[in-house]
Amino acid sequence: MSGFARILRKIAEDRVALIGLVLIVLLVLVALFAPLLATHPEDVWEIHPELRLLPPSAEHLFGTDRMGGDIYSRILFGARLTIVIGVVAVGASLLIGVPIGLLAAFYANWFGDLLMRISDVFLAVPQVILAIAIAQTLGPSLPNVILALSLTYWPWFTRLVYAETKRLQNEVFIEATEALGASPWRLIVLHILPNISSAIIVRISLGMGFTILTAAALGFLGLGAQPPVPEWGRMVAESREFLPMAWWYALAPGLAIFLVVMGFNLLGDGLRDVLDPRLRKSPGRRAAAAVRRGS
Amino acid sequence: MPPLLSVAGLRVGFDTDAGRAQVLDGVNLEIGRGEVVGLVGESGCGKTTLARSILGILPRPPAVIESGRIDLDGTDLLTLPARAMNDAIRGRRITYIPQDPLGSLNPVFRVGTQIMELMKWKSPDGKARRGRWPGLFTPYPHKRRRADRARVLEALRAVQIPDPEAALRKYPHQFSGGQRQRLVIAMALLTEPRLIIADEPTTALDVTIQAQILALLRRLVKERGISVLFTTHDLGTAYELCDRIVVMYAGQEVESAPIDRFFAHPAHPYTRRLLESLPRPDGSVREIPGEIPGLVHPPGGCRFHPRCPNAGSECGEHRPPVDMPEAGHALRCYHPDPMEPPR
Repeated sequence: MSGFARILRKIAEDRVALIGLVLIVLLVLVALFAPLLATHPEDVWEIHPELRLLPPSAEHLFGTDRMGGDIYSRILFGARLTIVIGVVAVGASLLIGVPIGLLAAFYANWFGDLLMRISDVFLAVPQVILAIAIAQTLGPSLPNVILALSLTYWPWFTRLVYAETKRLQNEVFIEATEALGASPWRLIVLHILPNISSAIIVRISLGMGFTILTAAALGFLGLGAQPPVPEWGRMVAESREFLPMAWWYALAPGLAIFLVVMGFNLLGDGLRDVLDPRLRKSPGRRAAAAVRRGS
Repeated sequence: MPPLLSVAGLRVGFDTDAGRAQVLDGVNLEIGRGEVVGLVGESGCGKTTLARSILGILPRPPAVIESGRIDLDGTDLLTLPARAMNDAIRGRRITYIPQDPLGSLNPVFRVGTQIMELMKWKSPDGKARRGRWPGLFTPYPHKRRRADRARVLEALRAVQIPDPEAALRKYPHQFSGGQRQRLVIAMALLTEPRLIIADEPTTALDVTIQAQILALLRRLVKERGISVLFTTHDLGTAYELCDRIVVMYAGQEVESAPIDRFFAHPAHPYTRRLLESLPRPDGSVREIPGEIPGLVHPPGGCRFHPRCPNAGSECGEHRPPVDMPEAGHALRCYHPDPMEPPR
């Protein structure tokens, strides 16, 4: 059985991780098929003043918003934005953070120290505050939010890669590979990096959750996409003034954010259990999982 | 004929917070062609540092090579550019069997992948041309790959791995400790090196497996005429494997003798104490009085003199010159013990 199938099976055995995986798969499906699933796809851009703030009904599953847009349809299209934000921001953090971590571990001198201190500076400021500052300075727009998130999240990858690389550099098999004449760069890229890929994958999943949540917070503060773009954080912000009379308005986007962030976090924890034998969950839970699958 | 490897006056220090630790203090060592040399000494006497100096994999800093030469077949390894060292020496003319067989294979790659990776770059048939950056895109020609694979299978049979074809598809954790050590030995032999450096290769294995592996290693290197530098703290394993034994104490070599003479006529007071400290059939163990000196402020002259019963005043002033009581038996001591068999 291939490694990928084995990982999938192990996740399926862990109920909590499975819930996470199902939520993420749902998010992706919803984003892909938004035009088919939406009951009022045109409501993303059109306004219907006569249909303002209608409660949930068969026609409008999650009710309508202050412009008369169908909240259900807008949430579906918002899923696309959410995925773009998460993937681009985490991808950029990965591309910045991993090479810097490897460089810092490779140059065990002032240069490596400098790189790590720079990443510490980014970690010293609370990330949401830093992201707000960057997004505010660059001006409120979706690309700027993604940029702000990328600039604040990369140090997490750097620290992880640095610590894991330093640990592996002391392993006998790395010394043996060096003694058989692998060049230093080859050693790091081809022999150490594959050993830390599982830790990086876990961090990617947790990072998606964090990034999406922060993006929603920035949207809530009005720093993200501008109306009428159906960004979830923005929708929650818009609903504030109508909360006493339209409870459904805040509920749908809030719940969507909650489910997606929870999905990524549960999946990340599950992947950690599956991929990283050193961080296995407690024996109790493992025994329970064994009982469940009847072994 | 000059020796294959000759280390002369090698001084290596490690910079620590307390000052520079003189880990190797003018070490001399020669290894002849096809000779198996045992480097014996207590933990911390500089065995591993010497092995790493020869391979050029000392972590620098903190290590500093202060002076000395390491010549392999007339090439001074210490002045060789790093790239030439990597391309032509490490993995080609010198290979390495590390201390801990359980951790010496990369856990995330199949055994076959790891061995073929070595062969791609270090095959005796000619290596892959080094491409740009870490050689990620260097092709591995199909024809050479096939030839190399046949060679790998043959090597695995030579170290008595059952079903070599299947072994190549397994991950390291699917092998036992002894089998993993056989795989590592196969890798060390595959590139047809002139010298193998084996750093306590059997310490992590149990005694019966140890004996099998040592016998296998000895047979394979003798068949191929490969020289071996075998470091160990265990005189028993050294006796099973080696042609000659070199004793180190606190970063200085003190005595070197062919195996029979070494056990029959040890002359240096430290060597004798070391032999006497072996556990005896009656269960008694004789300790060597005193303690291993700190290497930041080591005793001058012969570093063993504070613990030595024969020491005179000159022992603390100058290191004794090399004395050759008999051909092949080198000794560095002003007051050697009478060369009688130990008790």
